[in-house]
Amino acid sequence: MTMLCAVRQLSVTYRGQATPALAGIDLDIHAGERLAIIGESGSGKSTFARALAGLLRGGASVAGNLHWAAGDPPRAGRDIGFVFQDPSASLTPVLTIGEQVAEGARRHLGLSRKAGQAWALAMLERVRVPEPAKVLRGFPHQLSGGQRQRVAIAAALAARPGLLIADEPTSALDMVAPAEIVALLGDLVRNAGMTLVFVTPDIALASGFADRVAIFRDGRLVETGATGAVLAAPAAAYTAALIASHRDLATPPLIREAGR
Amino acid sequence: MRVVRNLLATPEGMIGFVLIAVLALVALFAPALSPGDPLRIAGRALTAPFTDPAFPLGTDRLGRDVLAGIVHGARTSLLLGLAAACAAPALRLCVGLAAGVSGGGGAPGRVGAGRALPTLPPFLLALAFDSVAGPSVPVVVLAIALGAWADPARLTRAQVLSVRERDYVASARVIGMHPAEIALREILPNVLPPVLALSAIIVAAAILTEAALSFLGLGDPNVVTWGSMIAEGRNVLRSSPFLSVFPGIALVVTVIAVYLLSEGLGKALSDREGAA
Amino acid sequence: MNRALRLLRRRAIGSIPVLLIVVVLTFLLLEAAAGDAVDAYLLSIGGGDAAIAQSLRAAYGLDQSMPARLWVYLSSLGRLDLGWSVAFDRPVRDLILERLPNTFLLMGSATALSFAVGSALGIVAGAKPGSARDRVLSTLSLMLYAIPGFWLGLVLSIVFAVQLRWLPTSGIETIASGRTGLSRAADIAAHLVLPVATLALVYMALFLRVMRAGMADVWRLDFVLFAQSKGLSRARIVLRHVARNALLPLVTMLGLQSAAMLGGSVVIESIFAIPGFGRLAQEAVSGRDTALLTGIIVTSAVLVILVNLVIDIVYAALDPRVGASERGA
Repeated sequence: MTMLCAVRQLSVTYRGQATPALAGIDLDIHAGERLAIIGESGSGKSTFARALAGLLRGGASVAGNLHWAAGDPPRAGRDIGFVFQDPSASLTPVLTIGEQVAEGARRHLGLSRKAGQAWALAMLERVRVPEPAKVLRGFPHQLSGGQRQRVAIAAALAARPGLLIADEPTSALDMVAPAEIVALLGDLVRNAGMTLVFVTPDIALASGFADRVAIFRDGRLVETGATGAVLAAPAAAYTAALIASHRDLATPPLIREAGR
Repeated sequence: MRVVRNLLATPEGMIGFVLIAVLALVALFAPALSPGDPLRIAGRALTAPFTDPAFPLGTDRLGRDVLAGIVHGARTSLLLGLAAACAAPALRLCVGLAAGVSGGGGAPGRVGAGRALPTLPPFLLALAFDSVAGPSVPVVVLAIALGAWADPARLTRAQVLSVRERDYVASARVIGMHPAEIALREILPNVLPPVLALSAIIVAAAILTEAALSFLGLGDPNVVTWGSMIAEGRNVLRSSPFLSVFPGIALVVTVIAVYLLSEGLGKALSDREGAA
Repeated sequence: MNRALRLLRRRAIGSIPVLLIVVVLTFLLLEAAAGDAVDAYLLSIGGGDAAIAQSLRAAYGLDQSMPARLWVYLSSLGRLDLGWSVAFDRPVRDLILERLPNTFLLMGSATALSFAVGSALGIVAGAKPGSARDRVLSTLSLMLYAIPGFWLGLVLSIVFAVQLRWLPTSGIETIASGRTGLSRAADIAAHLVLPVATLALVYMALFLRVMRAGMADVWRLDFVLFAQSKGLSRARIVLRHVARNALLPLVTMLGLQSAAMLGGSVVIESIFAIPGFGRLAQEAVSGRDTALLTGIIVTSAVLVILVNLVIDIVYAALDPRVGASERGA
């Protein structure tokens, strides 16, 4: 597999905090794969996602290296798309959906306003938003949480980045939506040949579609490997504990059959 | 007190505090710094400033000492500003708390006044009051206090309503705390910081309003205020502009000091809240 | 448009009781004055005996009981008759209508100028909170806001009108100059430069601070981070995302300040001898002309209500969330 990014000894400490949020992470990200970053709250997984995307807010000190295969660090929007946990907070309340979905494409692909709107409409259709033409002219407060997240995904992907990072995109949604969002992400990424880094606390969710998993705990990388292998035979005790805590009749089978 | 220490730690708080302290001292020791009635005729009329050591800031048309006027004016302006600023929040806090705790409209009359008064330009209200009761210090104070009614009442009420919903208020109610007790012990400490910071703004506004009223000749004619001095100076604006300029500078410095203090206070108090 | 009209109608209807309260309160307030307009008038003409006072009072209806006079006033308000000014010996309504245009010109220009410049500078300061540019602008605005308007007017007057003689010192136009059309407009404009500048400078400081504070608040919200994650240009983020959202509290502030600005015109018009509405208020107070003062206060309340209605519509246009649910704001 070709390498997209080699993370070496990545450490992040927030200003005013004694303990680092991330300590010495070594992780490879392969092009075209679906990687799930799994951990409980406080494990540093969100910090990792943001560090990867260069979205850490000022005041965080970063050490270590991100070796990108392309050489130059990726440009926000053009090479990396980011989806946040809370869709309500991702969208500006005063601008139309169409404008917000189109602006990334207009900036990076040089589209005119009309072309941008047409592009946005196509994107909304791809994320399977109902009544895309109406939504195009509407505003964020008129949509449900699940629809807003779809719009956020559309906006993040508008400029056709090669890497999509999703930071707990389903945690703020209720029952039915998460499965749909996950399926949507899986399809989009597969069809476009993109790389997906998916952050989640839910190991069961990740097991459904990730090629590889990386387990985080207290800012450190505990274990990483192919999903099937890790779940069947976890090397670390912590991983075993995570898996065990999910085992009950209601959860979908953790180990998929071959043919994925 | 930790709050005071926080306050002095910020540059705004420090400068504001120092300035206000100086002003307060000047106001307090006015009779010692500048003995005698500042309105008496002290020397030759229209002495230029910085020429005669006996009158460092010059004299006005009638020969009154400008420096004496400024020193005594500090007393009037500060007292007036403080008095008005204390009267206003006390009024508003009570009304706001009562309206908030009773959970909604409160008595229609109270709310009616609360909605009607903000529509009136505060200065016009002050003018009207002045015309009714004649110019004197208590009237001016009342006029400013009423005029400053507007926003803080809304702020207080909104704050109270949001705090009310919080769990500790609910649990206090469950234990059976009397609504008044809830208001005092639970709600007030959280509502107070923003109201305090806002009150400093009210002081500044009160000082400026008082100056404007005096300038228009509607203040108390028996006391010297910076506003009346500026009005006096207006008559000889062409020949001796310094008569209006100096009291104005005093006003500006005072108001800046109050603003700085309130900004520092806001920062100091919000730090504490953030840590809580 | 529908949403705006519905909002407008609801607000307009809600304003009527407020207006009523204002009128009654004002009336009661001025009733408390010892001595009325007739007293002041007699004082101004050097005294008169009780009989003259009595007949004057009867003529102006000032000898009736307070509730009766209140009723008369309210009903005449319904006919848009604001009473008679004893001091000027003219209907109050005529006086007010005569003076309002000058004040509108003064205040309109000052508001527009201060809003435009203030928000622009606020955006510059708020584009990078904590930067050197921001600190300089914040400090300057603080100092400017602390300056009493009337003093600033005097100082500007000293510098530009007295010392430099670039601009006229007072009045709204050169008296008896016989100018018309464009030349007259230019003359009025020259006379208005100093008063407008004075008012504008003070309120510009306020709008700058509100815009800057609003932007500082908006920067912390997540959708700004999302916009950054899309790799948008800084200019676009500052203008379309941050400033556009920070505009909302600014517009609200504009509405809240409209009442205060009307009061501010009183002093400025006094300094620059502009024959406007504010000046009329001062003249009403010195003439103890209750009817005129009441009329002025009622008119002010109406103006403020109207301005706030307009502001509400503008706000609704700017914020798509308003009026979406039927809850009153």
